[in-house]
Amino acid sequence: MPRLRTPLGVTAAALLALVVVTAVLAPVLWGDRAEAVDTAHILEGPSSAHWAGTDALGRDIVFRVLVATRLSVLLALLSTALGVLTGLLLGAAPLLVGARVGRLVTAGVNIAVAFPGLLLALSFAVVFGVGAMGAVLAIGFAIAPAFARLTGNLVASVAERDYIAAARIAGVGRFRVLVRHVLPNIGEPLVVNATVAAGGSLLAFAGLSFLGLGVQSPSYDWGRLLGEGLNSLYVHPLAALLPGVAVVLAGLAFNLTGEAVARGIGQTTPLFVAVRRRPPRTAAPTPSEEDAVLAVEGLRVGFPGVTPVRGVSLTVRRGEAVGVVGESGSGKSLTALAIAQLIEPPGEVSADRLEFAGEDLRHGPTRAQNRVLGTSLAMVFQDPMTSFNPTQRIGRQLAEVAEQHQGLSRRRALDRAVDRLRAVRLPAPQRRARQFPHEFSGGMRQRAMIAMGLMGTPALIIADEPTTALDVTVQRQVLALLADVRATTGAALMLISHDITVVGQVCQRVLVMYAGRVVEDIGTTELATKARHPYTRALLAAVPHLRTDRDLPLTVIPGRPADPGDMPAGCAFAPRCGFADDLCRTEDPPLAGGVACWHAANLTVAGA
Amino acid sequence: MTENAWVRFAARRLLRLLLSIWVLLTAAFLMIHLIPGDPVRAALGVTAPVELVNARREQLGLNDPLWVQYAHYLGDLFAGRFGTSTISGLPVSQVIADRYPATLELAVYAFLVAVLLSVPLGLSMAVLTRSGRRRRLELGFTSTSVFFGVVPEFLLGAALVYVFGVRLGLAPIAGRAGPDSYVLPVLALAIGPAAVLARIMRVETLAVLEADFIRTARAKRLPDRRLYLRHALPNALTATLTLAGLLLGALVAATALVENVFAWPGLGSTIVSSILAKDYPVVQAIVLVYGLGVLLVNLVVDVGLALLDPRSTIRES
Amino acid sequence: MSALNELSFRDVSVRFGGRRRGVTAVDRVDLTVPAGTVVGLVGESGSGKSTLARAAVGLAPLAGGEVLLDGRPLPRTPGRHGVQMVFQDPYSSLDPRMTVGASIAEAAPRGENTTAEVARLLDLVELAPERAAQYPAQLSGGQRQRVALARALAARPDVIIADEITSALDVSIQGTVLNLVRELQRRLSLSMLFISHNLAVVRYVSDLLAVMYLGRIVECGPVDDVLGDPQHPYTRQLVASAPRPGGIPTVLTGAEAALDTAEPADPHHPPPGCRFHPRCPVGPLVLPGRDDCRDTEPDGSRRRHQAACHYAAHASEQHNTRSTP
Repeated sequence: MPRLRTPLGVTAAALLALVVVTAVLAPVLWGDRAEAVDTAHILEGPSSAHWAGTDALGRDIVFRVLVATRLSVLLALLSTALGVLTGLLLGAAPLLVGARVGRLVTAGVNIAVAFPGLLLALSFAVVFGVGAMGAVLAIGFAIAPAFARLTGNLVASVAERDYIAAARIAGVGRFRVLVRHVLPNIGEPLVVNATVAAGGSLLAFAGLSFLGLGVQSPSYDWGRLLGEGLNSLYVHPLAALLPGVAVVLAGLAFNLTGEAVARGIGQTTPLFVAVRRRPPRTAAPTPSEEDAVLAVEGLRVGFPGVTPVRGVSLTVRRGEAVGVVGESGSGKSLTALAIAQLIEPPGEVSADRLEFAGEDLRHGPTRAQNRVLGTSLAMVFQDPMTSFNPTQRIGRQLAEVAEQHQGLSRRRALDRAVDRLRAVRLPAPQRRARQFPHEFSGGMRQRAMIAMGLMGTPALIIADEPTTALDVTVQRQVLALLADVRATTGAALMLISHDITVVGQVCQRVLVMYAGRVVEDIGTTELATKARHPYTRALLAAVPHLRTDRDLPLTVIPGRPADPGDMPAGCAFAPRCGFADDLCRTEDPPLAGGVACWHAANLTVAGA
Repeated sequence: MTENAWVRFAARRLLRLLLSIWVLLTAAFLMIHLIPGDPVRAALGVTAPVELVNARREQLGLNDPLWVQYAHYLGDLFAGRFGTSTISGLPVSQVIADRYPATLELAVYAFLVAVLLSVPLGLSMAVLTRSGRRRRLELGFTSTSVFFGVVPEFLLGAALVYVFGVRLGLAPIAGRAGPDSYVLPVLALAIGPAAVLARIMRVETLAVLEADFIRTARAKRLPDRRLYLRHALPNALTATLTLAGLLLGALVAATALVENVFAWPGLGSTIVSSILAKDYPVVQAIVLVYGLGVLLVNLVVDVGLALLDPRSTIRES
Repeated sequence: MSALNELSFRDVSVRFGGRRRGVTAVDRVDLTVPAGTVVGLVGESGSGKSTLARAAVGLAPLAGGEVLLDGRPLPRTPGRHGVQMVFQDPYSSLDPRMTVGASIAEAAPRGENTTAEVARLLDLVELAPERAAQYPAQLSGGQRQRVALARALAARPDVIIADEITSALDVSIQGTVLNLVRELQRRLSLSMLFISHNLAVVRYVSDLLAVMYLGRIVECGPVDDVLGDPQHPYTRQLVASAPRPGGIPTVLTGAEAALDTAEPADPHHPPPGCRFHPRCPVGPLVLPGRDDCRDTEPDGSRRRHQAACHYAAHASEQHNTRSTP
């Protein structure tokens, strides 16, 4: 079962248990005392005999409230059951009776759901008559449309999943698909919402009874007690307060239980654990290079419980194109975000050295440094579909940069934005600048993103998987554009990709990352013949290209990528490496001479 | 192209509105005809003479076939004839005209208060508690908003009356007179939806703050104010408004409860007494007015969404 | 497994949406997967390649034409009839609430010794039989994709359709799945339609190669022929765009640059005539006078590789004068 042992879960469970126990026991224990009329003590305040005083017939209010629990909860559950059942049937209609009728039902539900429950309940109260049974039907049918819509949405979202398609292809029947695949996967949210609906109908019932449309005398539920109490609010507030408290407590009990279950199912937030700090094991600091636009040493990025980047050192010289290659989880994107100062808490960044354009960024950027970053560092992100603000025009999103950092007026900033869009060869830049992101294709958005980086005078462009989401022909265009921009502006490029071939095409130097560290630093031209790290070589061999020998099986890397949450003691690649020995399994090799491998020297000979 | 999209949106939305109105009208018609037994007999009581019942049935057209009654009903509605109250004998249109301004005022003020309260509150809470900051503030906000979300309007109204009216004497406890008489009813009506909306707003803002385009905006090194107000707010608002439509529609109907607490001379107190007195023409008319109010709120929310989010005009189908 | 089987699409069209704003995702496609061979299908996103696959298993409605298995039309609703499919995303293609064993057993014909059958299938995809008791969440992406393969094989298919089965996997895992696919195909003599956007991956597993553009097959032939001597200008562009070590992407100039940055084709409004003409480097926008590209749809049936281009031969000459592939 999901984790319910949270403070919220415990509170909810305790409240719910209290409500249920009272509902079961109170009428048995105190039923008589709640009915006992005492004309000698009418509308009295609290006393030792009557803790909360008496009502207009001298009956004890505390006992009446306790005894009313059963009827209140029972009626609420009855109407919830009715509403949920009706809602389920209506919501699953497309599956049960076919698409055509289902669409009609869904359209009806969509109209009905716009009308609030209370209005429906009032109308149904007219139809079913005033009284408890009428109110049960009224509230039940008032819940139904919302629940039907929820069920419909859940069913539709599950029905789109590939495993449903796979089951249907495999000849599994409609009904079986519903029972075996759909219902188990929507059960939890339905239960959660039914619980919350029970709370809601409890309150709705109290409302109807309060209006005099629900439970009729001599029966009584909380709403009725409340209505009676309200008449004497001046003289005797407790008579209204007590049933009110009962209603709210019971309502909270149901709502919180639903909430707790939902949280238990929904998310497993990692506990807040301090970042483990081990002294970074890097090679001796290299002397600062005069022409380095970016110099990083011992960069570490930690999140509670894991340290995905474990001491990365790299240098990018002015105008240089450096590729960073690695699989998912290698820490390549986090490295880029850390350099760009875009890691948000609870993430933590530390480094022995982190200099961009001569500015020390180890302690977070100052205001002046922010301006340097805003104008000299350009970022291009992976998913062009989500990287623009969908509610702002492209031109404005570009112009914003110049307004902010270069003090341009709105008009001139927009002119510059159009000019920059033209620079990335976007057709009709004037018109395009006035469009919203959704009117752009993926390739055009990536161009616009590059143009955004060109609003200033970039010294470095960090492109994080800029072509992964694009088609190959568009990928070539974007890569060519990046190369072109580098040539015309003299900016350095840091291209991050999972595809070693892509990086090899555009960059002069490649940094291969594995499990949060740079394992090899090698020139692109040497990649094919002189790669020394076993991982680099396996990566090169594992990726088929247009000249791969089709008669041989592809080289494979056994095992799976290292889990940042469970890092081995020695070299992280050792468990997958054919050359690993005891040294590799106990000592993590430092990056020395461009490669982080104890056996690099031997392997060059063996592998060449 | 863009103008085309707007025309299509308007046409589609109008069609849905008309369809909804038709459903509403038909439902209100059926409501009276679904009542088990004889509504006239039920209204006049068991002691009424048979002749009187029959005369009244004839007068109301209840002896005609259902579709004829339906046609008459629609025709009367378009001609503005709502019938007469079976209790007071007054024209229903006059009852509505007397009563609806009070309800409308209450609903509009509460709508505004709920939105104006919840949006800044939810946004600032999201900013203050993002990525696990200020756990205590988050806990306080969440539990308070859950509490106010659960407490029903009429209870809140009663509590407000007791505290501010009876104990402190700061506001009138009932009726509709000076401006100060509006405070408590509007608050009673608005606080619940505002609490729920603020929670939704916070959650949506948190989700938006995780979005890629916020990272882009941060990469542009924009000041925080601009980041939150220009980039996060419009996007969080669209998501919130989508969910808020239903909530604010419910607010219209909740006036019925609050009016009863504050003896507010609006439609809400009238519908309850009419249901109890089985005054069906009045009930039917008030249900229609409420229903139209709800549809109007939904329309306002949808148009607001379309204006805020350039994609929604195209996305919606 | 059953005898060799041939899957063929005859004049297949698939339409989505209403009459006015609908999309013809697949437009009069003829394609044959000969018995025991692997046909690779490449194309950009939106070209209709996945829709074609879904049409074969009854998940997308046919607006015209038919899908034949060994000459017999397949039923138009999904069910266990000879064609099985493996999906792109291994995280959504297995029911998270079902054990691996139950997922596989569900696809197997009734009345078999399911435990033994599941163990046999798991062995076939190189997974330990103990995996049967595990849930998908306990498996890695590569392992899930193996389970998906085992489930497809459980239904005793004559043809398997693999839709982008490696694109969600890490590069180091991709190789193992590709090796497995090749190995299984050879061992079981499966007919297979292998869909991918990655030309190198398709080349590695396929015997024949078909190229799709905006709902049409524009070229089809033996894989080495098509890649070595592409006839259609779009295929040529695809081959030129495929990343290769050391090949620095070129910056185009003039008319070609304008074409290069042109807006991609909109499937809602396919261009008249040859669908590729607004982006074609040897089409009417670059070479005046080629007006037939604008108004006549090319027929590829009599050309080499069935290349659907009016100037297939010319295109090849044009290209060769400029650069060598």
